[in-house]
Amino acid sequence: MNTKNNTETGADQKQIHDVAIEEGARRLTREKIHSVLSELIRTEGGARLSAYSNACVHCGMCSEACHHYLSNDRDPKLSPAGKVKQTIAVIMARKGKVGPDFMKKACEIAFTECNLCRRCMMYCPFGIDVAYLMLFIRRACHKLGVVPQYIQDTAHSHSATMNQMWVRDDEWIDTLQWQEEEARDEIPNIRIPIEKEGADIFYSVIGPEPKFRAQLIYQMAVIMHASGADWTMSATPGWDNSDMCMYTGDMEMTARLKKVHFEAATRLKTKRIVMGECGHAFRSVYDVGNRLLGWKMPPLPMVHAIEFYYEILQQGHIEIENKFEQPVTFHDPCNIVRGRGLHETARYVVDKTCKTFIELEPNREHNFCCGAGGGVINCGPPFKNKRVKSNRIKAEQLASAKSKGAEVVIAPCHNCHGGLEDIINHYELGMEIKFLADILYECMKKE
Amino acid sequence: MQDRQNWDWTPGRRIVGDFDKWRPAYEYMEEPHVSADGEKIAAIVKTGPEEFSVCVNGQPWESHFEKAWSLGFTQENCPVALVSDTAMWTVAVDGVTWNNWYEFVWNPIFSTKGSSITAAAQSELKYFALTDDIPWENSFLALTCLIATPDGKNIAAVVQDKRFAEADIDNFQQGCFTVAVNGNAWDTHYVNVWDLDFSGDGSQVAAEVRTSLYDYTIAVNGKTWDKQYSCVWAPRFHPSDGSVSAPVKLAGGWSLARNGEVIWNRRYFQLWHHIYSPDGNSIAAVTAPEFGRWTIAEDDQPWNLRFNELATDPVYSPGGDRIACVGKSGGKWYIAADDTIWDTPNDMAWQPVFSPDGSHVAAKAERDGRYTIVVDGRPVDEVFAAVMQPVFSPDGRRLLVKGILPESAGGQYCRHVFEVDALAP
Repeated sequence: MNTKNNTETGADQKQIHDVAIEEGARRLTREKIHSVLSELIRTEGGARLSAYSNACVHCGMCSEACHHYLSNDRDPKLSPAGKVKQTIAVIMARKGKVGPDFMKKACEIAFTECNLCRRCMMYCPFGIDVAYLMLFIRRACHKLGVVPQYIQDTAHSHSATMNQMWVRDDEWIDTLQWQEEEARDEIPNIRIPIEKEGADIFYSVIGPEPKFRAQLIYQMAVIMHASGADWTMSATPGWDNSDMCMYTGDMEMTARLKKVHFEAATRLKTKRIVMGECGHAFRSVYDVGNRLLGWKMPPLPMVHAIEFYYEILQQGHIEIENKFEQPVTFHDPCNIVRGRGLHETARYVVDKTCKTFIELEPNREHNFCCGAGGGVINCGPPFKNKRVKSNRIKAEQLASAKSKGAEVVIAPCHNCHGGLEDIINHYELGMEIKFLADILYECMKKE
Repeated sequence: MQDRQNWDWTPGRRIVGDFDKWRPAYEYMEEPHVSADGEKIAAIVKTGPEEFSVCVNGQPWESHFEKAWSLGFTQENCPVALVSDTAMWTVAVDGVTWNNWYEFVWNPIFSTKGSSITAAAQSELKYFALTDDIPWENSFLALTCLIATPDGKNIAAVVQDKRFAEADIDNFQQGCFTVAVNGNAWDTHYVNVWDLDFSGDGSQVAAEVRTSLYDYTIAVNGKTWDKQYSCVWAPRFHPSDGSVSAPVKLAGGWSLARNGEVIWNRRYFQLWHHIYSPDGNSIAAVTAPEFGRWTIAEDDQPWNLRFNELATDPVYSPGGDRIACVGKSGGKWYIAADDTIWDTPNDMAWQPVFSPDGSHVAAKAERDGRYTIVVDGRPVDEVFAAVMQPVFSPDGRRLLVKGILPESAGGQYCRHVFEVDALAP
């Protein structure tokens, strides 16, 4: 593991320039900030905000849970309690009377120094949900127009196209047809059924799949075909289940995106939604967006791809021809493991498909975040070095698994892929990253 | 409008084609589509390596294409598909392609009055709409949310006509999107535009717009309502008086506004998909009066019935005195009419259909993989491997059910005309 590029850490780093944060803060006045924060605390904060803000006794238990703190020489400013103290605690104590420079700093902390991974919450004796508090800060930043440029641009893409990647309607359909055509070279009569009304499964993916990783759609088509699934994908907006608006604090847009997603599934009269391998999208559909819209649970049964793989393996709908040879380790994505408890389900799939499995330590709900989740990777190039350096602890965790023989990291989440790729490159770990679908596709009997 | 009067309404079952026997002739056959009158059944078929056609009543079109998708029927029972050759796309009507080919064509809309076909198209990264092979004179940087009037004579879409660079969030927030009607863009631009609706006479278009990152309202022909809201959903024109209503989010929850003025007093946890009665005197909407509890509200009066998971597909009877919908509770799908749920739980249910006089309601439903039609709460005595939406005869005395029989019963596609009085409980 190479740490030669980690010369600057934590508070020693140079001021990062993000044009949108700077410009947004420049337009603010103390009066505007006070007005927006007071309104937000009154209308959206309520008892939860008050309880979480007041309950912290600064015991420090959360610190050791945070990869930012651990990776930056235990800088107390980067401990979860430290981040709360620098942001929401000040806002509450001053009743929202803070200035533009404060909001700039609060924005950087909430957007780039916390992955909303909720690991700290497990170690807090009071169960304080720091992710909720940081999301509250992000919500305030959104309302004040102080949001990092790149994630704001992604939020704009969501609003204009209903997907994360500015994929236009024709490009989406064209990609599905292209992948179907490619897949037919391997399986002559395979289909990617578009707009098939009454199918059992509505399969949705995230924007980067048609844009950068179209082979994942191909692979899923092969998996669906081999398992005999009755499935479809939407030709209309709603095919993308991802949601960076949830992370910019634009909850109105989050609600709209989830509405479009659920309505694409219900319009096609499908019975359940299977989501591709993405963690934050799962959180947005299963936990956040549904509740914003008025549902206790999603209106249709909804499973992450891991659960679908589990189901088809467990019920014998697909067969594993040859197990994956290279030794693998498994990264537990925060949003589907701490958020949904899919760790054993995932391990069943790994066990069925891989010859040698080496656990990361710690693992399951104690696993360290990849550093990309929570929209941090979407804040873009200005924050990349800081992000990667704040994941030295993850690099050490991976290096340890590598020393035990692991060559491949399986991560069933797109953001985790992005984050782990950067960590592996930066620390020169020389490990490969794969989705579970990559493994399944490679090992399964296809016809 | 479909000329239902001239359809075959002779009671009884008539086999139209041996659907299951057509399958082996092709490498594969996609799911079938049936014409409104039920006389034609068609499916996209793979006729060879990278070669597709459309099979109608067992006969393939003479023309074959590299790709074909989005099969449907016009109101005049003519099969239509989007087809591609040498990587260019067009519309094929009964096997005959339009003259012009485009880099991509999608979202075909069939007029409900007449035989017009409208679609979205893209060539050289310019976006436009086309009707009956005539493209708009103007093209745009992006186009979505295409709609057409029932006669297909007026077309509108959300378009982008101002450029912004990658990650240029300032220009985006200045507003680069608007509405184009018959190819002509409104002068006003918005941060976002979604969900359009035409007025009854086709002269006006209403849209859901976002005027800043935080302000949502409704725009009609480019003029926004005076009031802004923290969120709005799709607007609808009154059937005759030209007013526009839309769900709006207020401090205490969701309500309904007309021309910017709130007209419902209650505040709902959610309110959307409102519809007018045909005479325009009443409005019904899907609502959640409490968190996680869904129902239909008519003129601000929620039904007593609650669904725990979903209420959807509300529909008025032609006389406007009855409402039916689909609901979901406990993982099962139900039909409800006039605040009363039909007993039978289904694995899926489709939007109900009223008889012309409103006295009967029929709906397509599926249970354990078998499809049937339920009339006034009672399933017809026949199950299908696939079934289409039921259609009442103009006098309401008969019901046309179009379905494919289960393999065990022969797998044929048939038209079955039932006497409604014999079906109703």
